Amino acid sequence: MSEKLLMKGNEALGEAAVRAGCRLYFAYPITPQSELPEYLSRRMPEVGGVFLQAESEVAAINMVYGASGAGARVMTSSSSPGISLKQEGLSYIAGAELPCVVVNMARGGPGLGSIQPSQSDYLQATKGGGHGDYRLIVLAPASVQEVVDLTILAFDLADKYRNPVMIMGDGLLGQMMEPVTFPDEVKKELPPKPWATTGWTKDRPKNIITSLELQPERLEEHNRHLQAKYAQIVREEIRWDEYLTGDAEVVVVAYGTVARIARSAVDAAREKGIKAGLFRPITLWPYPYDALGRLADAAKNFLTVEMNCGQMVEDVRLAVDGRRPVYFYGRSGGMVPTPEEVLAEIEKLA
Amino acid sequence: MQQEFIFAGFGGQGVLLMGQLIAYAALYEGKKVSWIPSYGPEMRGGTANCTVVVSDHEIGSPVVTRPSCVVAMNLPSLDKFEDRVKPGGVLVINSSMINREPRRTDVTVIKVPATATATELGNQRVANMVALGAVVEATRVVSVEGLLDTLRKKLPAHHQDLLPLNQKAVELGRSFVSQVV
Repeated sequence: MSEKLLMKGNEALGEAAVRAGCRLYFAYPITPQSELPEYLSRRMPEVGGVFLQAESEVAAINMVYGASGAGARVMTSSSSPGISLKQEGLSYIAGAELPCVVVNMARGGPGLGSIQPSQSDYLQATKGGGHGDYRLIVLAPASVQEVVDLTILAFDLADKYRNPVMIMGDGLLGQMMEPVTFPDEVKKELPPKPWATTGWTKDRPKNIITSLELQPERLEEHNRHLQAKYAQIVREEIRWDEYLTGDAEVVVVAYGTVARIARSAVDAAREKGIKAGLFRPITLWPYPYDALGRLADAAKNFLTVEMNCGQMVEDVRLAVDGRRPVYFYGRSGGMVPTPEEVLAEIEKLA
Repeated sequence: MQQEFIFAGFGGQGVLLMGQLIAYAALYEGKKVSWIPSYGPEMRGGTANCTVVVSDHEIGSPVVTRPSCVVAMNLPSLDKFEDRVKPGGVLVINSSMINREPRRTDVTVIKVPATATATELGNQRVANMVALGAVVEATRVVSVEGLLDTLRKKLPAHHQDLLPLNQKAVELGRSFVSQVV
């Protein structure tokens, strides 16, 4: 491991991508993720990679489509309004089964919204913002170190499943500086991609990458194949973290930045003698329904805290399945909840 | 043990750097740290602030409502953050640019003529280092040596000649603190 550096989430993400072997990055600037393209505009040429500022978000995601089809480790990033523009491309990439990493450092919405942190793109990311039956793997880091770790994981998962992976952060995580270490070794040996369009040689059939299949029988077959892949991801890739849930009567459910705030609230509640705990999904899709549902055996109730008007709470309700009450507390528009606010909500339920 | 800081001033006073230097110095001393800037549609001369948490254990919320120390480099910053200081905490004010008395009586107020001191040293831009000297002296969040080491590491090569000036600024800042809090 390298020495500890103090880095912004956006910059650390860029370095992690480089260490993961990403050499192609296409993006368009938008606050609060612009430090990421800024960092990679300097870093990519140093490692023989390509930084390209596209003419638009739509162009950037389609450059990702092309580069991934050619077998490259490739990434794009944006923030909420820009991610909306990328949805058509994401659907095509998922349909064509191409690996790539897409970063959303989310900001307040709807519309052009604000530039302050938000989690109001949860449903877009986890339930499919584009058309068709497809899934993104969605990873939600809660610290700058986890930004690094999950970015490296994202590239591996993308290649393993030939599927787009989204890093779901928010403006606060992108702007925050925390100590990070990076793995020493730059990965050079990337997994073979025999399906990539690298130029036809006569010793193999032609590789064709497309999301178009006009014969319904064959498209249904393709959908069955995708669903089988998604089922495997659900079986093998669910990740979450628990804090003081063992005897918790009030289980707070939160992800990303908000999980950090909620953790402080849980600590404060414990100091007041309230048995509170924190359940933090790390994969937002696949969602840790079973692990969360198990806590309903002992918990009295659940409190979902989000920086939105109530999105993940739908998945918490699915997980708890009516066995316990599920409450919600949220701030939106770029407002960040404080530990004191969350503690007050916990106290109401204790 | 955990300490939380808000450094606030107008853009150009170096308040984001103050926070970063404390964060780096604490990191080098083996502490857990987090640093978050206020960011918004600001322009030059607008307000700026950052929040720093320094802790012996894993940091929960990097967002802090009641910091143990507020450093106000100008009047709007004092107006905005004075009420937020934790009771028993520390309020450091740049008395060169703040012409009113703090209202709080339940915190330790440290008045530092940071801008005037820096001007006397010949470079107004080290006002932040004067204030930082006072912060470190009052809170002991990091050692003075640690802060000066950090400065040495973080000053770019072509600015190393400014190190003695910055050290002097830190030392003068410390002299305005009569007691450790």
